[in-house]
Amino acid sequence: MMSLSTREAYGIAIESLGDKYDFWVMDADLSKATMTHLFGEKFPDRFVNMGISESDLMTTAAGIASCGQMVFASTFAIFAAGRAFEQIRNSIAYTGLNVKIAATHGGVLIGEDGGSHQCIEDISLMRTLPNMTVIAPCDEASTFSAVEAAVKVSGPVYLRFGRFPAENVYTEGHVPFVVGKGNVIEDGDDVVIFAIGDMVSNAIKAAGMLAADGLSAAVIDMHTIKPIDKELILEYAFKTGAVVTAEDHNIIGGLGSAVAEVLAENPHAVLRRLGVKDTFGRSGKRKDLEEYFGLTSKDIYEKCRDAIASKNPNK
Amino acid sequence: MNESILKELKIKAARIRRGAIMGVSSAGSGHPGGSLSIADILAVLYFHEMKTDIHNPKDESRDRLVLSKGHAAPAYYAALAERGYFNVAELEKLRQIDSMLQGHPDMVKIRGVDMSTGSLGQGLSAANGMALVLKRKKKDSHVFCILGDGEMQEGQIWEAIMTSAHYKLDNLTVFVDKNSLQIDGVVSEIMNNTPYEAKFEAFGWNTITIDGNDITQIIDGINLAKKVKGKPTVIICETIKGKGVSYMENQVGWHGAAPNKEQAKVALSEIDAIIKALEVE
Repeated sequence: MMSLSTREAYGIAIESLGDKYDFWVMDADLSKATMTHLFGEKFPDRFVNMGISESDLMTTAAGIASCGQMVFASTFAIFAAGRAFEQIRNSIAYTGLNVKIAATHGGVLIGEDGGSHQCIEDISLMRTLPNMTVIAPCDEASTFSAVEAAVKVSGPVYLRFGRFPAENVYTEGHVPFVVGKGNVIEDGDDVVIFAIGDMVSNAIKAAGMLAADGLSAAVIDMHTIKPIDKELILEYAFKTGAVVTAEDHNIIGGLGSAVAEVLAENPHAVLRRLGVKDTFGRSGKRKDLEEYFGLTSKDIYEKCRDAIASKNPNK
Repeated sequence: MNESILKELKIKAARIRRGAIMGVSSAGSGHPGGSLSIADILAVLYFHEMKTDIHNPKDESRDRLVLSKGHAAPAYYAALAERGYFNVAELEKLRQIDSMLQGHPDMVKIRGVDMSTGSLGQGLSAANGMALVLKRKKKDSHVFCILGDGEMQEGQIWEAIMTSAHYKLDNLTVFVDKNSLQIDGVVSEIMNNTPYEAKFEAFGWNTITIDGNDITQIIDGINLAKKVKGKPTVIICETIKGKGVSYMENQVGWHGAAPNKEQAKVALSEIDAIIKALEVE
């Protein structure tokens, strides 16, 4: 069943959490796309529209936070992590100020706007920053939990959201969400799939396809990419001997790289990474993009078969 | 202007220059030129104008300073030390591995620093954020920001100039340290960005132009700025890069070079002579 897109869920989440927590929300002329206009209409005194100026957005957010005021700075991922990278680095991460960067439209699965707008580098850029926590929820319910969890982190958090409706991964209204701890969605012994964002529901479907072959796959929603849940990676690497990662992000630098770093130091398993293959995005319908860039459940299934076939038989 | 206050501020400015030279000389690197040019502004801010509490440096009701031209850290640190945020002896540890005095201001490590700066072009945005929060929360605190004239070539500065005016930040006063030199040479030759007054006014600011090495004019400028409501004020400060050390004045080479021991001795003796002359006045 489809849920709201994670960007819409973000907008609704901050609007509904605005009564419970004292934070400000900022945007850069994209409030109807990031859905922060909902917050702005309800709490105009705590909303700031910066116009089309993302660098200024980020450092102004830092100035606000320096006065003890938590703030969400919202824009598209390419303009946050991309254009304003150095402002995020020096004004937010270096200072450790309490700014939450809410980046919507992450990945290639954002449709027709094409390569200039499809941000496939943000996780890589953000997880290399000291002090930065990096979170990418996968559906409506987990977005609500992620936003509330981010509020409780003292310091900078990068939240990554998608554009289009997501498939429901979590059926409950509230998802158990601990920053830095992956959620085991399905348990399994033959292979483990660590996935984020839209790839979590695709991983669940892939697990179903593997089950039809008589193979059992664990599916883990790795919503926090930094700090990465090392224990969980090692536990499942040891248990299954075959690890697959899946993300709508460049294959270089994202979730797959984070998992690879853990496994390279503790080689318990073979690893296969699924993502955008170091190429820029292009215009297209969501479904066509998913197929073009090899991000379908069938692609994940094939990666899993390959990983299982390559396993060390002694494991 | 009370003569004894004026004399005291001139001595403070000289002591800030002294501390800056000590720091840069001990470190063997740093930025003396642009430090010396803003010493008078810092003296007025920390010893006459700003509401600060050295015993409670994070006091919510304090006034704030963002030194956007963060490479002028040696003078900034000297002002903070002179004000009592930390021991003056600390200045001689500038840029050393075990020192809190980083090459550029770090709010996490240094008492009294309101915002980490150093990467040019970001300070005014941070100052806007502070002014916006303080204004909306109806706090009676003022935010000051010091920009370099070379720094005003950064695009983000102009985004921030829009923001200050759009949100009518009349609790913000900006100084542009117009010393007319940048690393590669004369600002107007590298990338001319003057006139500042017409540009700021077109963006909706109140502007004042003064001699930024004249204590009285700095104080008068701030007083005028604070009277203006509904818009932010910029004080364009005509200054001399390297001010107070004869061989550094208006010399582009002293933007980012440290004096050797002999040169430092000469500089300190010149500054000390100024202090002595003021003291016997």
